[in-house]
Amino acid sequence: MIEYEAIIGLETHIQLNTTTKIFCSCKADSWNDPPNTNICPVCCGLPGVLPVLNRAAVEKAILLAAAMHAEIQPVSYFDRKNYFYPDLPKGYQISQYNMPVARGGYLELPMPDGTIKTVTIQKLHLEEDAGKTKNDFGRRLIDFNRCGVPLVEMVTAPDLRSAEEAAQYLTRLRQLLRWIDVSEANMEKGHLRCDANVSIRPKGADYLNPKTEIKNVNSIVAVRDAIQTEINRQIREVELGHRIEAWTLEWDEDKAVLRKMRTKETEADYRYFREPDLLQLVIDDQWKSELLSSLPELPLERRHRFIQRYGLPEYDADILTNERSLSDYFETAVAVYQGDPKRVSNWLMNDVLRLINESGIPAGELKLKPSYLSEIIKMIDEGIINNSTGKTLIDKVQTSGKPPAEIVAEEGLAKVSDSNAIEQVCRTILAENPQQVTNYQKGKTGLIGWFVGQVMKQMGGKADAQLARQILEELLKE
Amino acid sequence: MMDDLTLLTLSKVREGLRSAEFTSRELLEAYLARIELYEPSLHAFLYLNADRALTQADQADQRISAWRKDPTEPLPPLIGIPLAVKDVLCVKGLPCTCGSRILEGFIPPYHATAVRRLLEAGAIIIGKTNTDEFAMGSSTENSAYGATHNPWNVEHVPGGSSGGSAAAVAARFAPLALGTDTGGSVRQPAAFCGVTGLKPTYGRVSRFGLVAYGSSLDVVGAFGKSVADVAFLFGLVSGPDALDATTVDLPVPQVRLSDEPSLKGLRVGVPKEYFVSGIQNEIERSVRAAIDRFQELGAQIVEISLPHTKYALPVYYLIAPAEASANLARYDGIRYGPRNPAEAMWDIYYHTRGEKFGAEVKRRIMLGTYALSAGYYDAYYGKAQKVRTLIKRDFERAFDQVDIIAAPVAPTTAFRFGEHSNDPLAMYLEDVFTLPANLAGVPGLAIPVGFDQAGLPVGIQLMGAHFAESTLFQAAHAYQLTTSWHTLFPDQIQRA
Repeated sequence: MIEYEAIIGLETHIQLNTTTKIFCSCKADSWNDPPNTNICPVCCGLPGVLPVLNRAAVEKAILLAAAMHAEIQPVSYFDRKNYFYPDLPKGYQISQYNMPVARGGYLELPMPDGTIKTVTIQKLHLEEDAGKTKNDFGRRLIDFNRCGVPLVEMVTAPDLRSAEEAAQYLTRLRQLLRWIDVSEANMEKGHLRCDANVSIRPKGADYLNPKTEIKNVNSIVAVRDAIQTEINRQIREVELGHRIEAWTLEWDEDKAVLRKMRTKETEADYRYFREPDLLQLVIDDQWKSELLSSLPELPLERRHRFIQRYGLPEYDADILTNERSLSDYFETAVAVYQGDPKRVSNWLMNDVLRLINESGIPAGELKLKPSYLSEIIKMIDEGIINNSTGKTLIDKVQTSGKPPAEIVAEEGLAKVSDSNAIEQVCRTILAENPQQVTNYQKGKTGLIGWFVGQVMKQMGGKADAQLARQILEELLKE
Repeated sequence: MMDDLTLLTLSKVREGLRSAEFTSRELLEAYLARIELYEPSLHAFLYLNADRALTQADQADQRISAWRKDPTEPLPPLIGIPLAVKDVLCVKGLPCTCGSRILEGFIPPYHATAVRRLLEAGAIIIGKTNTDEFAMGSSTENSAYGATHNPWNVEHVPGGSSGGSAAAVAARFAPLALGTDTGGSVRQPAAFCGVTGLKPTYGRVSRFGLVAYGSSLDVVGAFGKSVADVAFLFGLVSGPDALDATTVDLPVPQVRLSDEPSLKGLRVGVPKEYFVSGIQNEIERSVRAAIDRFQELGAQIVEISLPHTKYALPVYYLIAPAEASANLARYDGIRYGPRNPAEAMWDIYYHTRGEKFGAEVKRRIMLGTYALSAGYYDAYYGKAQKVRTLIKRDFERAFDQVDIIAAPVAPTTAFRFGEHSNDPLAMYLEDVFTLPANLAGVPGLAIPVGFDQAGLPVGIQLMGAHFAESTLFQAAHAYQLTTSWHTLFPDQIQRA
C-alpha cells in the first residue's frame, strides 16, 4: 500500500482595515451597509476619473510585509490587470505584477511535536477589490460597494503537507493580521479569503502532480474539511488508476461536498501593463523605519519570550499570546503582581478568559484591569481573602469597576482569622452533629472536609479554611 | 458693430468688460449670432449651452457692475468670457459623449479639473465641441455625430481630434477653447484652422475629468486667437491637482510677455528629421520663413538631430492603443451609456461594444489588445516602451544645445474630406511631427505662419523642454508682435 502526502499551497486575499478605499475616499468597510451606498465616480469607473493612492493602505501592506519577514521594495509599481466582468467597473483591476511592494517572506507555524514549520511566501502585493455579483431569479445584481477596497494578495509556496497544516497556517495568519491591526481577518465576512491548491504524490517523491483549486471556502474549519475531502478523493482516484485533472472546485459547506466549477483551466491572459495613472510607489528609508518602529513584537516571538522569561509552559504561552491584548494584559498583571507569573497565568486562563469569552469584551477593555487582577491574587496570597472570595471578586470588579479592596471592605469579604471566633463556630458544629463526630473518631477522618465545609457555610465563606481545619482536628481529638 | 466683439483678443475683451464698453451678454450674443449663422455649415459643437450661458452672462454683468461701484474685491480673471470645451472633458451637468454613441446620454456628475478652474475664474461654457470618437483621429471624421468642417474651406477637414474647438475659435464661435492632445490633437487642428494651440508639458495640467484615451500621453490643451490669449488660459488651468497623481508639484510661472520683440540669446533648433521629402512645399516654405523671422528677431538658429523621430509613429501606435484598450474597457453598457440588451451576459458586451464603438476605435482597441497579449508583449508594447525612452533622450540631448525646437506641425495643410478616411495609415502619417512631443512629454505650441496656395493656413510647431512653456510663449509672442497671420480670420464662411 502506497503512502501519500498532500502538497498544498494557499492563495489568500486580505482585506486591509483602512477607513477609506485604496483609490478614493469612500468608506472601505460596507459589511452593514446596503448595496451601492459606499460608491463614487472613482470606484465606479466613470469616464475621466483617476485613482489617487491611499497612503494608509500602503502602510498596512508594509506592516504586513514586515511581519511576514518579506523584503520591502524601495520602488514598486501598480499594473492594470485586464479582464471583463460586470462587477469590475473599469474593465481592469489595479494590482501589482512584476514589481510588487514586497518580495519573499515566510510564516512560521509551531507544530504539535514542538518543531517549527516554515511556510514560504511566493507573492505579496497590493490591489483593489472588485464588486460583488449575485443572481436573483434570473436577474444579475451588482453591488459596487466592495470596488476599491484595499487588499493584499498573499500566496504561499506549496509547502503545506496536510489539511491540518493548512488550517494551522490560516489560524496563525489570522492571529498575525489582528495582532498588527492590518485586517479584521474575519473569514465569514470575507476579510480573509482563501483558495487552496491541492495535489498528492507518493510520500518522499520529488515531483508534482496536477493540482486542483478549491474556491469559496469561508472558514478555517471549512478550508480544513474541503482540503481533506479533496485529498481523500485524489487518493481514491489514483488508487483506481485515474488521472487527476486540473479542476477548479467549489466547497459546499452545508453538504460537505466539493463541486466542479470549471474543468482544465486555460491560463487567462490578463495583459498586464503599468498603470499610467499612478506614479511609482517609493518607500524611502525614513518612511520605512517610521513604520517599522510601530511594528509590535510578533506573536511567536512573544510566545517564546513568555516561556523563557516567565518560565511558562508552552501551553500557557500559546494561549496567552493567542491575541495581543491578552498577552499585554498578562505582562502588565505580572509586572504589578511581582510574584510567580504562573500564578497570574492560571488566573488568566481560568477566570479572566472565562470572563472574556462570556462577555465578548477584549482583554484590553475589561473593567477588571490587570492591576485589579494582581491585587486580588495578592490579597489571597496575604491571607486577606480566601480563594473562593477571589473568584467571586473577578465578576464583582468587572460589573462595578470598583477596585477589589474597596469591594472587600464594603461587603465585609475579608476572611475571618480570629481563632476564638472560629473555635466557637467549630464547637457548635461538633455539638450539633454527634453522629458524625463518633464516625470520625472511629476512623472516618475523611469527614474533616465535611466539618470544614459546615464551618465555612456558617461563616458565610469568610473563614480561614486552614485555621478552621486545624481547630477542628484539635477539638475532635478530645 | 456687434460682430466686431468676436475679433477682440482676450486682453481687449477683459478691458472692455471691466470698463463697461460692452456687457458679457453682448459679447456672448455676438458669438451666438455667428454660431447661428455658420454652425450649420461647420458643426463645431456637439452640445450648445446657449440658454444657460446667457443666464450666466447676465450674472457676470451684475457682478461687473457691482464691482464698478465697489472694486474692493477683485473680479475673477475670466469673468463673463465664453469658453468652448472639447467633448472629452467633463462638465458637470452637460452631456459628454466623446464623439461616441457608447456615451450617448451620459451626463457626468463632476467637472474636469481644468474646466472647474476656468469656471472658478469666471468663464462661461458656450458648448461642447466636436471630436473624433474618444479623440482617436486627425480630422473629426471619426466623430459618431458627423464631422466638423474647416471654416477656411468647408470642403476641408479642420484637423483633429480637437477639430471642433479649433474650428470654433477660427470661426469666432468662442474666443477660447479647451482641447486635448494625445498625439497632436491640439496642435494639428490649430495649424489646420490658423489659430494658436498649446499642448502643455505632460503633468502640468490635471487630467482629472479628461476621458482617457492614452493616459501616459493625454494632455489638456488650449486654443485662442494669440499666444497671449493661450498663455493666459494656460496660467489658469495649470498646476498640481490632488485628483491627478501624475500632475507635477511645480508652481506655474507667472508668464509676463515682453512687448519688446527681441529674441536675443534664444537658440532655436531646427531638426533635420522634420524637413523630409513628402511634406508639402508651401509648408516648408512658410515654416522656413518663420524661422528666418526668429533669426531676424535675434535668435540663433541651430541645425539639430532627433535621430529616433522615425520611430515615433510605430511607437505611438503601439502605446496609445494599448492604453486605450484598457481605458475603453469600462464602456460595457452596465453602469451608464446605452446598452444593447441580450439574454447572455457576454452578449451584452459583444453587442454594446460591437455596435456602439466606431471602426477606428475598434481598430485601436484590437491593436492595443494584441500589443499587450502574452507572447507579443515583449516584441510590441515592451519594445515600444524602450524606444519611447530613446525618443525622450533625443529631446533631452537637443535641449542641452537649444532652447526651443521649430518644426512643421503636419506634413500637409487641411486635407479634403475622405482623402485619408479609407486609408488609416495615411491618416496616421498626419501625426508624424506631433507624436514625438507626446511620447517625450514636452510642451508644444502651434501658431499660424502663412497660407498655402489654396488659402488654407500653415502652422509652425515650437517645442520646449519639460515645463518650459514660458520660453515657447516668449518666442511665439515675439513672432506675433511682428507678424499678422494670427489676426486673420476667414471672412466668408460658406453657408450650408
